[in-house]
Amino acid sequence: MNGAHRFGSKCDRPKATDIHFKMQAPVEHRWSPYADNGGTCLGVAGENFVVVAADTRLSQGYSIHTRNCSKVTRLTDKCVIASCGMKSDAITLHKHLKARLVMYEHQHRRQASVTAIAQMLSTTLYYKRFFPYYTFNVLCGVDDEGKGAVYHYDAIGSFERVPYTTSGSGSALVMSVLDAQIDKENQTIDTPALDKAGIVELCKDVLSSVGERDIYTGDSGEIFLIDAAGISKTEFDLKLD
Amino acid sequence: YRNHQYDMDCITWSPAGRILQVEYAMEAVKQGTPVLGLRSKTHVVLVSFKRAQSELANHQQKIFKIDDHMAIGISGLTADARVLADYMRHECLNHRYVFDSAMNVGRLVAQVADKSQQKTQNSSKRPYGVGLLVAGCDEKGPHLYETCPSGNYFEYYAMAIGGRSTSAKTYLEKHFADFETSDIDALIKHGLEAMNKTTSSDQSLSTKNTTVAVIDSEKYKELSSEEMQKFIDGLEKKEDEPMEEEPAAATGGDAPAPMDTTG
Repeated sequence: MNGAHRFGSKCDRPKATDIHFKMQAPVEHRWSPYADNGGTCLGVAGENFVVVAADTRLSQGYSIHTRNCSKVTRLTDKCVIASCGMKSDAITLHKHLKARLVMYEHQHRRQASVTAIAQMLSTTLYYKRFFPYYTFNVLCGVDDEGKGAVYHYDAIGSFERVPYTTSGSGSALVMSVLDAQIDKENQTIDTPALDKAGIVELCKDVLSSVGERDIYTGDSGEIFLIDAAGISKTEFDLKLD
Repeated sequence: YRNHQYDMDCITWSPAGRILQVEYAMEAVKQGTPVLGLRSKTHVVLVSFKRAQSELANHQQKIFKIDDHMAIGISGLTADARVLADYMRHECLNHRYVFDSAMNVGRLVAQVADKSQQKTQNSSKRPYGVGLLVAGCDEKGPHLYETCPSGNYFEYYAMAIGGRSTSAKTYLEKHFADFETSDIDALIKHGLEAMNKTTSSDQSLSTKNTTVAVIDSEKYKELSSEEMQKFIDGLEKKEDEPMEEEPAAATGGDAPAPMDTTG
């Protein structure tokens, strides 16, 4: 190169005739906007209450970001949302929902019902149909009739009200257990239905068992109990391995 | 009317150096029912006297919560007030979303004032026909501001705007030295006493036509009917006033127009 060398000048580019330029098999490099931060959450609806459980481990690959990060956000006095998947999307989604709900309270002079929030979450998720929030949400609360409500969502807003559900890295391990212990559809042995305290203990045991097999679930668990009196939270330990 | 040549739009000065359309807009504020605010070292209180269009109608809302730390009391065109309230609510929401903290009251008031000013320098728009009393708390403590259709804003220890507000202002001026150290109950009592001075002989404050809002560093709260009733019961009994309206003090035409629809 002679004289002033301009950045990106023609003399720099490799040409096919250049003997130093060798054809190699094409490799596609791609940066992914998504990450999976792991963890498991579940929700169970009772006659007049809901129980929500979620672990607090945040992971990336085989590493742990933190052992103490909540997946659950309180939206109103009667409603919480638990989100698994990508934590940054979950944070933004929860912030967005809270902001919308403040506006709702200004305009309606009361808090939004669980059913209203359920629909709003669906439309919020579908709004980003072509660059979705990588969140797998479980919305839980007490509805206007006082009954427990649990809603399950996919990443783009398809939702259904269900008696119980689960989401996250350990969800496959949890679902069958809940089917057996709560729904009891295929059980041969007859057992009495669980009461509120029984369901709380079941959720703790379920998270604990998931932690045994799923590497992304563990550290500690949060239990939210929502009933007519409001939302109360307890924590319990999970294994650190 | 002798100013008819100069009062057609916002882009014409009168020979006296006034923009009459803006001043006419400020008249609209005086047509509304009174709303007042006062602050202590820890709290701001807003008291409003609501109008009902007829016996069949609800009393029109005069106090709007903007955020947990801020509220406004309005006098004038309610529709214009709702537009401004919506703007302020969105600004506060956005601030919380981005900065995870409460918006500074004075800054938002300045933004509203700038928005109002834009309407006064445009041939095809009209000024907002509403005055706001903005009450809020920030890291420096409680504040009370007044905004005008002109785009001006002022900070006060206590202030009243709207119809017959001069009577309330007289009370507030008399007692404002006490406000700084008043506890919340004393502050509310002062606010209601001041509002009581604005009612004519055939009206009186009741839980139906009055709203009291309290803001401290933590939250916004409107008094319930029961809480308000206790204060109203303790109000000074009014002396019997003559049937005629008292001649208005400094400003002319304090009485509400007969068929007006303002709040």
